[in-house]
Amino acid sequence: MMLKKYKEKIIHGVFFFNGLLVVIVLLGIFALLVFTSIPAFKEISLRQFLFSASWNPTSYVKSSYGIVSMLVSTLMVTLGALLISIPLGIGTAAYLSDVASPRVREIAKPIIEILAGIPSVVIGFLGIVLVGPLIAKIFGLHNGLNAVNGSVLLAVMALPTIVSLSEDALKSVPKSYSQASLALGATHWQTLIRVKIPAAISGIIVASMLGMGRAIGETMTVLMATGCAPAMPRNFLDSVRTMTSTIAIELGEVPYNTAHYYALFGIGLVLFIITFIVNMSSDIILHKYERKAK
Amino acid sequence: MTGKRLREILGFSLLKISIGIVGLILIIILYDIVSKGAGKISWEFLSSMPKKGMTEGGILPAIVGTVLVTIITAILAVPLGMGCAIYLNEYARDSKITRLIRMSIRNLSGVPSIVYGLFGVVLFVQSMHLGTSILSAGLTLGLMTLPWTITASEEALKSVPDSYREGALALGATKWQAIKTNVLPYAIPGMLTGTILGLARAAGETAPILFTGAAFYLPFLPRSLFSQFMALPYHLYIMSTQHHAITKVRPIAYGTAFVLIALVFTMNLFAIILRYRLRKRKME
Repeated sequence: MMLKKYKEKIIHGVFFFNGLLVVIVLLGIFALLVFTSIPAFKEISLRQFLFSASWNPTSYVKSSYGIVSMLVSTLMVTLGALLISIPLGIGTAAYLSDVASPRVREIAKPIIEILAGIPSVVIGFLGIVLVGPLIAKIFGLHNGLNAVNGSVLLAVMALPTIVSLSEDALKSVPKSYSQASLALGATHWQTLIRVKIPAAISGIIVASMLGMGRAIGETMTVLMATGCAPAMPRNFLDSVRTMTSTIAIELGEVPYNTAHYYALFGIGLVLFIITFIVNMSSDIILHKYERKAK
Repeated sequence: MTGKRLREILGFSLLKISIGIVGLILIIILYDIVSKGAGKISWEFLSSMPKKGMTEGGILPAIVGTVLVTIITAILAVPLGMGCAIYLNEYARDSKITRLIRMSIRNLSGVPSIVYGLFGVVLFVQSMHLGTSILSAGLTLGLMTLPWTITASEEALKSVPDSYREGALALGATKWQAIKTNVLPYAIPGMLTGTILGLARAAGETAPILFTGAAFYLPFLPRSLFSQFMALPYHLYIMSTQHHAITKVRPIAYGTAFVLIALVFTMNLFAIILRYRLRKRKME
C-alpha cells in the first residue's frame, strides 16, 4: 500500500515537472537571447542599436548596427497585411457564422484549414513567381519584390488565424442578443453590425492581434518576396528588409561569437519582446472579456 | 423599409465576396503549384540524387532529410506534449503555477520561428555540441511544435467524460491507474490527430532549420543523425532564390513545392481520416 502511494507521488511529480518544462523553455529562450546579445553592447552602443537607421555590419570603414530601418520595414509589411486580412477575415468569419448554410460551412472549414497548412516557403515561392510579376505589371516596376508583395503574402498567412478566431468569437455571442434585436424589427444585417460584432469585438481584436503576431514573426515569405534591400523604405513599392529576414540572411554568413553575431541575437530579442507584448496584451483583453461575460 | 432591405442585401454580398476571395486565394495557390509542379513528378525525380549543381536530377535527399527531421521532432514533441497535457487536464488545480504554465504555452506558440532557430543554434548546435545536424534541427522543430501538441492533446483529454474517471476511482483505482485504463485509451486517437497536424506544420517549416542543420547541396543521403541534411522546404527556398540559374531550375522548384505540399496534405488527410473514424466510433 505504501509502495502504491509512493508510485503515485512519483508519477504526479513527473507530470508536474513535464508541465513546468514549458515555462522553463520560454524562460530559457528569453535568457539565451539576452545572454547572447549582451556581448554585442560592449562594442555597439544601445542608442545606436535602437535609434540608428543604418545597418552595415560588414563596412570596411566603420560598421554600424542600427535596427530602425528593419523595424520600420517589419511594421510596414505587417500594417499592409492587416489592412488586407482584417476586413477580409472578419467578413469571412461573419459569413460563416451568420449567413452560411451548414453545407457551405462544412466546405469552408477545410478550406481555412488547408490554407493554414500551406508551408510559408511555398507562399513565399508564389510571391516570387505569381504576385511579384503581377505587381510589377500593375505599377510598371522593374520587379515586384517589395513591401506590397510581402503584405499580400503575410495577409494570406494571417487570414486563417483571424477567420477561425473571429468566427469563434461571433459564435459565442449569446443567441438571446440577436433574438432580441430581430424581435425589435432589426434586419439580420443590422443585428450583425450593431449587435453581434460589437458584442464579439474583444474576441475579434484578439484574433487580429494574434494574426499580427504571426505577420511580425513570419520569416520565409518576407525573406523571399520583399527584395531585402537594407535601407530605410520610403513607400510601399520599395524593397524592404524586415528584422526576421535580416537574421535569416546574415546569421548563416557571420562567424560565431563576433559583434555582428551577437547583434543578430539582439534583433531576435527585440522580435521576441514585441511578439511577447502582442501575446500578453491579447491574453489580458481575452481575460477581461471572459470575466465580464461571467 | 426598402432601404433597409437593400442595405442588408449589399452587406451580405460583401460578406459573400470576402469568403469568395479567400476561396479564390486557395484555388490560385493550389492550381499554380499543381499545374506546374505535377508534370515534374516522376519516379526518377523522387528517387534520384540532384545532379550537376542541382540543375538536373531528383530530390531524394531532401525527401529523406525532411522525413528524418520530422521523426526527431515527433520523438521530442509527442511524449512531452502529451505529458504536459495530462498534467494540465488530470492533475493540475487552478493555481498560480497552472496559470503560469498556460500563459507560457500561449506565448511559446507566438514566438517567431526564426527565434526558435536562434535558440537552437546556441543550445543544440553550440552548447550541446550536436553541430549543424539532423538532431539539432529536429530538436529545434520539436520545441516549436510543443505548444501545438499540448493544446491538441488537452482538447482530446477534455472530451473524455468525467464519469469514466470517477468509475475507476470508485472501484479503488489510483489516479494514475484511472488515467491509464479509463482515460488514455479514449483520448489517444484524438491526441494523435492533433499531434500529426502539428508535425505536418513542422515538416514545412524552414526558418528554424536554416542554421541548425539544413544544407545547400548534398548529393548523398545523410549517414547519421549528426550529419547535415537537405530538406524539402529549404530546397525550395534555395531553388527559388539562391541558385545561380534560377529560371533554368524553376521546374525543379515547382516539383519540390508540389512534393512538399503533397507531403503536408497527406499528413493532414491522415489526421482528418483518423478524426472522422474516431467520431464515428463515438456515435456508435
